[in-house]
Amino acid sequence: MGFEKFLFYVLAATLIAAAGMVVTRRNPVHAVLFLVVAFVTSAMLWMLLEAEFLAISLVLVYVGAVLVLFLFVIMMLDVDIATLKAQFIRHLPLALVVGVIMLVEIFLVVGPGNFGGESFPNPAPQGPDYSNTRELGLVLYSAYLYPFEIAAVILLVAIVAAIRLTLRHRPDTKYLDPSKQVFVRKGPDRVRLIRLQPEPRRVTPKANPASGPENEE
Amino acid sequence: MIELSDYLMLSGILFAISIAGIFINRKNLIVLLMCIELMLLAVNTNFIAFSHFLGDMAGQVFVFFILTVAAAEAAIGLAILVVLFRSRRTIDVEDLDALKG
Amino acid sequence: MENVYLTIVLAPLLGSIIAGFFGGRIGRAGAHWVTILGVGLSCLLSLYVVVGFVRGTLRVFDGPVYTWMVSGGIQFEIGFLVDKLTALMMAVVTFVSLMVHIYTIGYMADDEHNWPKESLAGKNGYQRFFSYISLFTFSMLMLVMSNNFLQLFFGWEAVGLVSYLLIGFWSVRESAIFANLKAFLVNRVGDFGFILGIAAVAMYFQSLDYREVFAAAPQLANVQIPIWGDTHWSLMTVICVLLFIGAMGKSAQVPLHVWLPDSMEGPTPISALIHAATMVTAGIFMVARMSPLYELSETALSFVMIIGATTAFFMGLIGLVQNDIKRVVAYSTLSQLGYMITALGASAYAAGIFHLMTHAFFKALLFLAAGSVIIAMHHDQDIRNMGGLRKYLPITWITFLLGSLALIGFPGFSGFFSKDAIIEAVHLSQVSGAGYASVLLTLGVFITALYSFRLYFLVFHGRERMDEHTRHHLHETPAVVWVPLALLAVPSVVIGWLTVEAVLFGDWFKDVIMVAPHHDVLAQMGAGYHGQVGFVLHGLMAPPFWLAMGGLALAWYIYMMKPVIAGYLMVRFGVLYRILDGKYGFDQLNMALFAGGSRGLGKLFWKTGDQKIIDGTLINGSAHGVGWIAERLRCIQTGYLYHYAIAMILGLVVLLTVFVTF
Repeated sequence: MGFEKFLFYVLAATLIAAAGMVVTRRNPVHAVLFLVVAFVTSAMLWMLLEAEFLAISLVLVYVGAVLVLFLFVIMMLDVDIATLKAQFIRHLPLALVVGVIMLVEIFLVVGPGNFGGESFPNPAPQGPDYSNTRELGLVLYSAYLYPFEIAAVILLVAIVAAIRLTLRHRPDTKYLDPSKQVFVRKGPDRVRLIRLQPEPRRVTPKANPASGPENEE
Repeated sequence: MIELSDYLMLSGILFAISIAGIFINRKNLIVLLMCIELMLLAVNTNFIAFSHFLGDMAGQVFVFFILTVAAAEAAIGLAILVVLFRSRRTIDVEDLDALKG
Repeated sequence: MENVYLTIVLAPLLGSIIAGFFGGRIGRAGAHWVTILGVGLSCLLSLYVVVGFVRGTLRVFDGPVYTWMVSGGIQFEIGFLVDKLTALMMAVVTFVSLMVHIYTIGYMADDEHNWPKESLAGKNGYQRFFSYISLFTFSMLMLVMSNNFLQLFFGWEAVGLVSYLLIGFWSVRESAIFANLKAFLVNRVGDFGFILGIAAVAMYFQSLDYREVFAAAPQLANVQIPIWGDTHWSLMTVICVLLFIGAMGKSAQVPLHVWLPDSMEGPTPISALIHAATMVTAGIFMVARMSPLYELSETALSFVMIIGATTAFFMGLIGLVQNDIKRVVAYSTLSQLGYMITALGASAYAAGIFHLMTHAFFKALLFLAAGSVIIAMHHDQDIRNMGGLRKYLPITWITFLLGSLALIGFPGFSGFFSKDAIIEAVHLSQVSGAGYASVLLTLGVFITALYSFRLYFLVFHGRERMDEHTRHHLHETPAVVWVPLALLAVPSVVIGWLTVEAVLFGDWFKDVIMVAPHHDVLAQMGAGYHGQVGFVLHGLMAPPFWLAMGGLALAWYIYMMKPVIAGYLMVRFGVLYRILDGKYGFDQLNMALFAGGSRGLGKLFWKTGDQKIIDGTLINGSAHGVGWIAERLRCIQTGYLYHYAIAMILGLVVLLTVFVTF
């Protein structure tokens, strides 16, 4: 039993334990944290499979971005955890039954009988000069260029959609509208000349000696 | 050595756990989303295992795209969750009964 | 010559169109002038054609004038085949039709009285009537002049249609509507057989043209075709019997005769034109035309003969007990048609056609004379209310007497030659059933004389039984009525004498009607024929003559000398009287079995099939079923997200199970 195999079993056990915790923890924050464990562990397993680039991006993208997003959302939403977990025990038997059936069937399909070492021998390990990132990049930017572009668009759409969904208009906030600023015209929008009717000259009654200039002469 | 079936069975276990998780946490939408992420992880592991054992880069490319789409999905899903919570003050799936006739 | 034939056919059609569509504009006089001119032109040209054939200046014309369509290698054409048979038919049809046209002017003169005042149908009814009878003439000419089965069928159906229109001409009368529907439906039964026969011809001969079919017939004489399972019948028998079923409908043979007596509901002129002289003879004409086919099937000939003889005798018997003047003549028509059909069955086609011709004249005469009586009697048709009309209607009386003598076959009159020839021919025939037919026909002569002269004596002689008012107004009918009677009386008397030699024993039908040598009874008779006088003298010795005289004498004795005997016999033979009066129960049988059965079946389909199964189960049932299912399915549709998610997962589990297990 080589080191590699030992490593695999340790990682597998960690992964399964973490996954189990994810689905059973009452507190979603704990669940997310166990999910982080599970993702990191699988990233290490992917390393064993010589998929270094994807392992790194899993940690960076998933653990670093998506799961942190989960954490933020959980913290932002003031969720009443007690009610959400109320029927936990009631659904457990059904969950176990379905899960076990699923497991048995998956084992029947992917067990050593079908995908054992005889039919799928281990490939030779890659040399030290091998760069997984380079290989992936070569394929991605040649054969899969078009899907790659689409993936980019999907991400863009996701960004736009997420922003649009969560954007909130508050009537009481004051803000500038740049489009209106751009469309300001030079003349009437900035300076407005208002023609005022001249005030009619107030004729001073002669009877009033105090206001007449002539009187002063 | 570690065989292909070992990886496949590992991801099978992971998949079964996440399905059980969907059953258990049928009320909490956010945990449901996490279970889906776990499922995707299991599937990705499968892809990578096959890619490795068959020596075909396409499997990894596929995982790459799955990661992309899953990230987008998580972002939008969480955004919807936030909007939902804002309007209904809950994320309990049982309260989401607008589809009911 | 093609143009002459086209004119003969199209002149009545043109008259009909003008009278029918522009009747209101051209008025009554315009309508009868235009149609009479059309038919008169056709009649003159037809006579010209006959004369041409007699002199030998005309040859047989057989050719298409218009190709309607070509489908599957079969040509559908309109074409004319004009030979001596056609020429004879054309002359008879157009002459009788012309007489009827003229007569109608008088008969329909005060037709407005037959309609309710505000009736729309009665408006321009006079013009409409002329349009119909001209259209009928056109249809009948198309029928007899056709050179293929399709056009024959067209004419066949067209005369049926016009007959329907004319029987129900007084469409406000319940009985007329019933009668025209009955005629139409019974004719449908016959036409079904007819069109099946035509279909069989088209299927096995790959042609509808007479010439080609007749030419190919001998090769197919021994072909057997499967009818049902392993039963095989001779092709010729099947075709001939099917075609004859059509003829049974059109020519009113037992058991499809029931429409003809009822069709007397129509105005009298059409009874003379359609139900005595022309349309009902279409069946006889058709069988004679198909003689090359019928000669190949002994079975079919036997069938034809038995049907004909049965009709001839038993329908005559019913005529004895009828009290409606037109119905007596109608049953006599049925009986005489039976004679013609029997002649065809005995392969004496010429005799059948000969009787057709003489019968057309004297029966049209009898019908028109009966109509004249009816006019004089103010549309009372019951002979029990007549009597002693001789001195009021002298011309009608003399023509009716001449027609009756012709009908019973008094020596020298036209009916004598034709009927004696038929009886003789059947007597000589070797076809199975000939013995039966021979006995019935011979007895039929006695019956014919008895009912004819019963009618004659009751109407024209004896005590005057009409009421005072009618008697006061009795007078001879106008010239437009009696002139056709006189004109028809002439051929009724002399046509037999003039043509018997050529038609029966001469070569008039040579190359037109084909008779197998071992069937050729007329040739046997021809061997012993020595001129008309000899024929008459021979007839005086034969039993039919004495039977006819016996019938005449008996009628005279019963209805002139001892009128009480009639009543006594009616009581004494009550059962027999009731059977005859009930027309052997054909009407009841039809009403109960076919009409009632159809209505029962229709009701079954309506109540059970339509209302219960289609409406109840399929339409409302499907709606209810959808509602029921939806009511159950609605429970699944909870609207909760996790239910859908769980359903998906369970589906996945099931699919996986299926995948693993199989």
